[in-house]
Amino acid sequence: MKVNANKVKAIVDKYRGRHDCLVSMLQDVQAEYRYLPEEAIRLVSDQVGLPLIQVYGVSTFFKAFRLEPAGKHTCTVCLGTACHVRGAPRVLEELERKLGIKAKQTTQDREFTLETVNCLGACALGPIVVVDGKYSGQMKPGKVKELLADYKKKSDGKRK
Amino acid sequence: MKRLKSVGELEKLRKKIISKSERGQKRIVTSAGTCGIARGAIEVAQAISKELRKKGLDREVSLKVTGCQGFCEIEPMVVIYPERILYQRVSAEDIPEIIAQSIMDNQLVERLLYTDPATGKKIAHEPDLTFFKKQTRHLLDSNRMIDPYNIDDYLALGGYSALAKALSRMKPKEIIDEVKNSGLRGRGGAGFPTGKKWESCRVAPSYDGIRYVICNADEGDPGAFMDRSVLEGNPHSIIEGMIIGAFAISSHTGYVYVRNEYPLAVQNLGIALDQARKYGLLGQNILGSGFDFDIHISRGGGAFICGESTALVASLEGKMGEPRPKHIHTVVQGLNGRPTNLNNVETWANVPLIINNGAKWYSKIGTEHSKGTKIFSLVGKINNTGLVEVPMGISLREIVYDIGGGIPNGKKFKAVQTGGPSGGCLPEKLLDLPVDFDRLSEVGSMMGSGGMIVMDEDTCMVDVAKYFIKFLTEESCGKCVPCREGLDRMLDLLTDITEGKARPGDVELLEELGTMIRETSLCALGRTSANPVLSTINYFRDEYDAHIKDKRCPARVCKGLITFSVIKENCNGCTRCAKVCPQAAVKGEKKKAHKINQELCIKCGLCRDACKFEAILVS
Repeated sequence: MKVNANKVKAIVDKYRGRHDCLVSMLQDVQAEYRYLPEEAIRLVSDQVGLPLIQVYGVSTFFKAFRLEPAGKHTCTVCLGTACHVRGAPRVLEELERKLGIKAKQTTQDREFTLETVNCLGACALGPIVVVDGKYSGQMKPGKVKELLADYKKKSDGKRK
Repeated sequence: MKRLKSVGELEKLRKKIISKSERGQKRIVTSAGTCGIARGAIEVAQAISKELRKKGLDREVSLKVTGCQGFCEIEPMVVIYPERILYQRVSAEDIPEIIAQSIMDNQLVERLLYTDPATGKKIAHEPDLTFFKKQTRHLLDSNRMIDPYNIDDYLALGGYSALAKALSRMKPKEIIDEVKNSGLRGRGGAGFPTGKKWESCRVAPSYDGIRYVICNADEGDPGAFMDRSVLEGNPHSIIEGMIIGAFAISSHTGYVYVRNEYPLAVQNLGIALDQARKYGLLGQNILGSGFDFDIHISRGGGAFICGESTALVASLEGKMGEPRPKHIHTVVQGLNGRPTNLNNVETWANVPLIINNGAKWYSKIGTEHSKGTKIFSLVGKINNTGLVEVPMGISLREIVYDIGGGIPNGKKFKAVQTGGPSGGCLPEKLLDLPVDFDRLSEVGSMMGSGGMIVMDEDTCMVDVAKYFIKFLTEESCGKCVPCREGLDRMLDLLTDITEGKARPGDVELLEELGTMIRETSLCALGRTSANPVLSTINYFRDEYDAHIKDKRCPARVCKGLITFSVIKENCNGCTRCAKVCPQAAVKGEKKKAHKINQELCIKCGLCRDACKFEAILVS
């Protein structure tokens, strides 16, 4: 991944390089590249004036950050308590089987990244799966195939 | 938007806003919080606006899109004012009918009315719903009247009048006394008296006079979302509370540390801050009082531990979110080494109410040591999932059965989990317990931030304990050994129990480990982490024994202890189960009873979901 130094600088400048905005800056960098490239972490460290080890520490401490590029679609399964008692683990297992990967991994064709989250605070909809920001509530293992098919189709359509 | 230079100008503006809003006029309100949007609330709002224009009604009938109103189960909902006719689970296709019937004609659309689960009767008007009727909505009620993108809506309801009162007629000490006398305790979990905290922060020495106020909006407890709802639906109530607190403490900089998992909350709060700044309610010389204050948003990175005050402060300083020992509290030395006052979202939102109505009014609500109302998020195996605001001291039974409408599908109540991963599971015999800070602690749970997860007979309590310990092992920051290593060992033991590999004496070992972690961990996350295990052992020991001695999971959840088989008499050979089995473990000819190969079966349960004849037996 080619990192555009100006883009990273613009993000740091947006927060005026404030230390209390480090997490927000890294989040914006990740939104740009879908992960935190090493070069970008070095640039942020330089420009904010924090030791590289501290910025790297923050990048690995928080769950939100990835050091590997994410797939084209990010599929997030909520594992909050309400979702758990309504069967979220079974939904996750079915997604793992259908995608052939475990949680926190990306498929080889880089189409899907499977993630989990500890609660989205939309418990009435549980179990919830979010694909690319779109929420699907009352998920069941049986609905997984259909859900993924929608996104697979979209990707195939674009390729053609 | 013109900057307001005095309290007088604020009141003048308020009068103007109120006079412009025509009372008695038809208005359609729809709520679009995260839950609502996930179920199509935006499409509903667009359809309303399109239909109103089409019918030429857009001048007479207004549309208001609010944040979350708390009754998630029936989202997206549409309410017609002034009658307050409520339609539930509305889709965009329903809109033309609603407008033709209820706006152009005075008819009801029967099929979209709410049906009371207890009586089976249709209810037409919002205030008549038992879910709302039994609550005391001092904080949440405003959500139904506020478009979070429009500060004027908040002003029309008397918003920022508490700030005006505090700045123009109260001394900082009077404000602190008022909050102290109200009996308000922190809503984030620990229940520390808010006024006392403010006072400690005000008197703590700061060499350059800098003090901070922080709003903890890192609502990490799974199953709790009251803070999200207030942030999305009524952000100004938090901002107003923070300005008053900052004035009382003499702070000029505030932060809201908000979870990144709540994108809508981050967005709405940002818009609200901008609008407050434009009116001069934030910034320099607020309302001509000479007091300066501003608030910054800081987004979290998805770490549960950052709800702990010292970890949150570390994260705000651009470091890893690790807690430190609290020999010196954050009110004395917090952010950047300065006195820092940190309160949770709901606590801040209570402040304007206390200043406006007085400590006496506030302290009349609740129990002796827990005052005011508390918002609970009632979720899990419950009919009316949603946010419930009730006076402290109400019984669990009233919350679960009267407001929550009981357990769905005729199942039996088993437990209610309160306090998130630091809390405990309470059994049926404690349903009449009055809910307040102290009562919940006495029975081995805690208030926490107010999550209430209802569990029925199909929930395995050992599995639930394992779930929380797994959650905590992932969220433990790893700084101190008891929490990092102790939780790992506890998870090993619980995993063995759920897989049928446990040894006699494992429960005692869990208790010993749990007590050790409680006594020796560095921060509150560690110290309370054993609660889910200890409380389930305490109240549901028979389930642990069934797993260990009889190698049986009574709720039929733990995979290592259950088998799937076909009930021959019920199976008609429709092949549905065979088609969905990912392992090809189900075999059989068409129209003949099928069989499950136990060696191949991974107990995913897809066959049971697919079967329409109840022919799959889990034993």
